[in-house]
Amino acid sequence: MTALELQDLAVDYGRVRVLDGLSLAVRPGEVVGVVGESGSGKTTLAKAVLRSVDAAAGRILVDGRDITRLRGGGLRRWRRSGAVQYVFQDPLRSLDPGIRIADSIAEGLRIARVPAAVAQERTDAAVAAVGLTPDLLDRLPAGLSGGQRQRAAIARALVVEPRLLVLDEPVSALDAASRDRVVQALIALRDRRGAQLAMLVISHDIGSLAAMSDRLVVLHRGRIVEDGPTRRVVAQPQHPYTRLLIDSVPVIDTPRPHRPAPLTRS
Amino acid sequence: MAEIDLVAARALKDESHSEGRIRPDAPSAQHPSFRSEPLSPSFDEGSLARSAAAAVDRLVVTAADGTELVRGVSLEVRPGEALGIVGESGSGKTLTCRALLGILPDAVAVTGGSVHVDGLDLTAASEREWRAVRGTRIGAVFQDPASYLNPAIPVGAQLAETLRVTAGVPRRQSRERARELLDDLGIRRVDLVLRQRVAELSGGMLQRVLIAMALAADPAVLIADEATTALDVTVQAELLDLLARLRRERDLALILVSHDLAVVAQVCERVLVFRDGRVVEGGATNRVLRAPGHPYTRELLSAHAAYGLERFLA
Repeated sequence: MTALELQDLAVDYGRVRVLDGLSLAVRPGEVVGVVGESGSGKTTLAKAVLRSVDAAAGRILVDGRDITRLRGGGLRRWRRSGAVQYVFQDPLRSLDPGIRIADSIAEGLRIARVPAAVAQERTDAAVAAVGLTPDLLDRLPAGLSGGQRQRAAIARALVVEPRLLVLDEPVSALDAASRDRVVQALIALRDRRGAQLAMLVISHDIGSLAAMSDRLVVLHRGRIVEDGPTRRVVAQPQHPYTRLLIDSVPVIDTPRPHRPAPLTRS
Repeated sequence: MAEIDLVAARALKDESHSEGRIRPDAPSAQHPSFRSEPLSPSFDEGSLARSAAAAVDRLVVTAADGTELVRGVSLEVRPGEALGIVGESGSGKTLTCRALLGILPDAVAVTGGSVHVDGLDLTAASEREWRAVRGTRIGAVFQDPASYLNPAIPVGAQLAETLRVTAGVPRRQSRERARELLDDLGIRRVDLVLRQRVAELSGGMLQRVLIAMALAADPAVLIADEATTALDVTVQAELLDLLARLRRERDLALILVSHDLAVVAQVCERVLVFRDGRVVEGGATNRVLRAPGHPYTRELLSAHAAYGLERFLA
């Protein structure tokens, strides 16, 4: 069974189709990176999986269950199950500024009425998994660096033991050193949790995506133009847009005198 | 630091004297010593013999509480040359550039060394004197173009105003000059763009408008401080190409500040590595990035290697 499956998914904003015919499967334990530029539809994809925008067509399956048309109580119960957790770009906005980091992380367990002893155990495990030191837990979000906050947000998502973690631009707001630590935490998580945790990581930064993803999916103007193993997609891109994207990334050493012309915007 | 640069400059000059001038159209294959390390195709060694378009010498910048934020930085950039500055936030790279523009924050001041732009000593210049220099001799673009534009006024009117005020273009001609300038910067549908406001334009387009404003009065020096950092990677590539072309065509001295070593590698033939208000390493980009001498440069390079695409492309 797949952790997440999109079947021919379409999303409209008014009359504009922003996602069109998206089909994508994330297997248990797999880390799939979705790369796209502004306007490619990557945040809409996260919102669709979050069910905060409605699908105009197609289906979204999580652990084999169709969640595309869940409404009201059904949707609330599914969200509370915690099977899918989200981490957003800006941890300052996803962590309550007035609540200590420890309480923010454990909040999901309190809502799920997990016994205190178990809750403590899971919180400790999540905190260790993202490499946060325990002394930070008594602080408020403002007392942490951007990278520490983002790792706290990831720990908060992990405590409810989701099968799928959706991360939308998890490192884009961070400086280089913090970014490296968050990427390392995610790589460690992937390696340690194995098949228990799948991740869908959405970003415009193909470099950090390539560092942590088993597979890369390239989104361009609302469609998937390429989907394959990371190494293959980067080294031998098949679609002209993927090639443009990769050839646009500045590299230090590889001579690349002839960048292709930009794709025409039709 | 200055010595390192001089050595690099001398080495390059010696090379060009003994081997004959290397022109862009002379392939590096004819020069065995350059085969493994080709210089950027646009590099003109002649520029190294010209006097600096902008320079700071042993610059010290101090905060109100006495903390030295820039501690004896020397740099020079010559006409037609691109100099890269790398280093993490707080390393003093932006303050050095701001000192070159005379726009240091309120509580921060130059307390030592000298600042020269286009042959003028501006070390002790008044705001009035700076105003005559900014825009006409040295221009700059920064990370967030939208914050430098008025959201309520079409960008064309703002560019025309810059042309009138900074470049002294007569009102009647300013519209036409604005159109020409944007056209030269590779903007399609110029007339539409001129009528649009900030909210209607993409980040890449706004940055082109800001570059046009910075170049309106044809300055000798352009500082691009993280100017492509917030842009999509394909747009960044277009803008880096644009900066390279403008530098060539206008004989512009370019100072490119970036946290991304690869951005600097792509555009600049010389690079300075900043840390804690000092230049820890400097020299030809090829040399510094391929054979780094300072542990901190090696640290930056290994961080880049972990997230760069190089390892997949090798």
